[in-house]
Amino acid sequence: MFEVFRTAVSSLWANKTRSILTMLGVVIGVGAVIAMIAVGNGASGQMEGVISGMGVNLIMIRPGAPSQGGVRMSAGSGAGLTLSDIRAIEEECWSIKAVAPQVSTSAQVIFENHNWATSVTGTTAGFFDIREYHAESGRLLDDEDERSAAKTAVLGSTVAKELFGSMDPIGRNIRIRNIPFEVVGVLAAKGQSAMGPDQDDVIIVPITTAQRRLSRSSFPDSINMAYVQARDVSMIESAMDEVSALLRQRHRIAQGGDDDFNIGNMTDMINSLKQTTRVMTLLLGSVASISLIVGGIGIMNIMLVSVTERTREIGIRMAIGARAFDIRIQFLLEAMLLSLVGGVIGILLGWGTSFGVSQVLKWPTSVSGGAVALAAGFSCVIGVFFGFYPAWKASTLHPIDALRFE
Amino acid sequence: MSAIIEVRDLVKAYKSGDTELRALDGVSFSIERGEFVAIMGPSGSGKSTTMNMLGCLDTPTEGSYILDGRDVSKLSGDDLAHVRNATLGFIFQGFNLLPRLSALDNVALPLVYSGADSRERLRRARGALEKVGLESRMKHRPSQLSGGQQQRVAIARALVGEAPIILADEPTGNLDTKTSMEIMDLLCGINDEGRTVVLVTHEPDISEYASRVLRFKDGRLVEDVRRMPRRNAASAA
Repeated sequence: MFEVFRTAVSSLWANKTRSILTMLGVVIGVGAVIAMIAVGNGASGQMEGVISGMGVNLIMIRPGAPSQGGVRMSAGSGAGLTLSDIRAIEEECWSIKAVAPQVSTSAQVIFENHNWATSVTGTTAGFFDIREYHAESGRLLDDEDERSAAKTAVLGSTVAKELFGSMDPIGRNIRIRNIPFEVVGVLAAKGQSAMGPDQDDVIIVPITTAQRRLSRSSFPDSINMAYVQARDVSMIESAMDEVSALLRQRHRIAQGGDDDFNIGNMTDMINSLKQTTRVMTLLLGSVASISLIVGGIGIMNIMLVSVTERTREIGIRMAIGARAFDIRIQFLLEAMLLSLVGGVIGILLGWGTSFGVSQVLKWPTSVSGGAVALAAGFSCVIGVFFGFYPAWKASTLHPIDALRFE
Repeated sequence: MSAIIEVRDLVKAYKSGDTELRALDGVSFSIERGEFVAIMGPSGSGKSTTMNMLGCLDTPTEGSYILDGRDVSKLSGDDLAHVRNATLGFIFQGFNLLPRLSALDNVALPLVYSGADSRERLRRARGALEKVGLESRMKHRPSQLSGGQQQRVAIARALVGEAPIILADEPTGNLDTKTSMEIMDLLCGINDEGRTVVLVTHEPDISEYASRVLRFKDGRLVEDVRRMPRRNAASAA
């Protein structure tokens, strides 16, 4: 067996350029598979980071369309969801960790001679935790602001920049719909959300203040929506059931009646995003696999040429006692060596490439052991598969014809 | 003496379209152990076909071939390969050495296929090369050797497996007269050791070394004569 190996190496060595070029096909194929899968995995990881930034354990509750005597009204009409509903949820639902009711409105905001149209959100102290907003300077709103319906405001960084430029906004008064508010804090920038809107173009005020002074709703206790945070991602389903049951009870919805609220979570979106990245990884991987197959065909091509060139050698070997098996194993081993060595170099190349990508794009790529094993195994299989036909062809040569071959 | 090669009614037919071409048409002969036989005849007479049959490189259409007591005319390809490896040593007109291997590796090659370990292979290959007087050229490649030296390497390769039969197909066809005589002396020496040598040639000078001449014409054996072989001055002395 060692002798066969030695023969294979020496015959590949005798045609160095050709062997290297043939190997290059596999090198590129394997390298591409590994790099593409690494980049794809990196993209998935990136995406998951974004998703968990949006809050995977969040449930959103929105008022739905109430129905009165079979007539269904438009969504949001009627008192719908109230602040008391949300307080009840916070107190009574066991699987809920925190709540953040929101009253949102858009308003023109004025500071001295600057003005800016933005969205004003009235909410509770829990909001900052749930949505992962942090104070850049000053403070966030607290329960005291809410209790006293204080005219205090926290600015998103975009609003702060538009109204104050380089000035420090803390302690200054801005006017929202002509009502003066004191700026007590500025939020750290969060950037664009995954869905598009600028999360920093926002003003946060106490929910009580918003309900009393800014809301134009005819139902003073109503809110626009609420975020409810489950204790754990795994408890999302039970939290949704609990919230739903409580709200139906509070809204006196008869058994079988339609909900007058909408309740949802991010799982659907998360799943579709995950699906997208999975498809992308699969796509990249399959494109790369095609180049691996092309590499394999290159090996087959060269091995066929080699068989033809060495017909006489095959004849000589047969004449002095080589069996068909001996001939077959020799050519098969050559093909496998080409693809294996190519595979190993390709793995290193793919590794290097994905490392380079992560350096240049600042994108975390992960070379998975699975991808390496897959590529290595695949290149072996390719060696055997594409090497077999030439080897079989060589072994079925008739010794006399092979010996006479010029 | 017992017959080491026994051929009965050998027929080799090639079909081309509807017509059947008989390269061998009912040939029978037997060769005793230790004989030195020359097969002669014009081209197309069937002497090469006979040689291919004797060498187990080809199988007959009809007839039987008993080689060393065993009917080999119906064997499979792999069994024939084994027979070639263990029983036969080949010497070709064109030397047929592997260009990338050294003389030593070329000689050792048949032992690879018979399964000897590497130390054994090299020991026996060295011995065979010494026998043909090439101990100083073991590491040379065929392209670095003269024609005569290459044929000596080929002879060493035929000897290394201790095969009882040496088949030589026009072994001097590519060599000048002086080298041819040296090669023939070598073959005579091998024959003197008791090995059976079968030689195909169209040169009468060369056939004179043999103790028996089989003459072929149109696929048939037409003459079978035994005679005193010529031995040149060196081996006669």
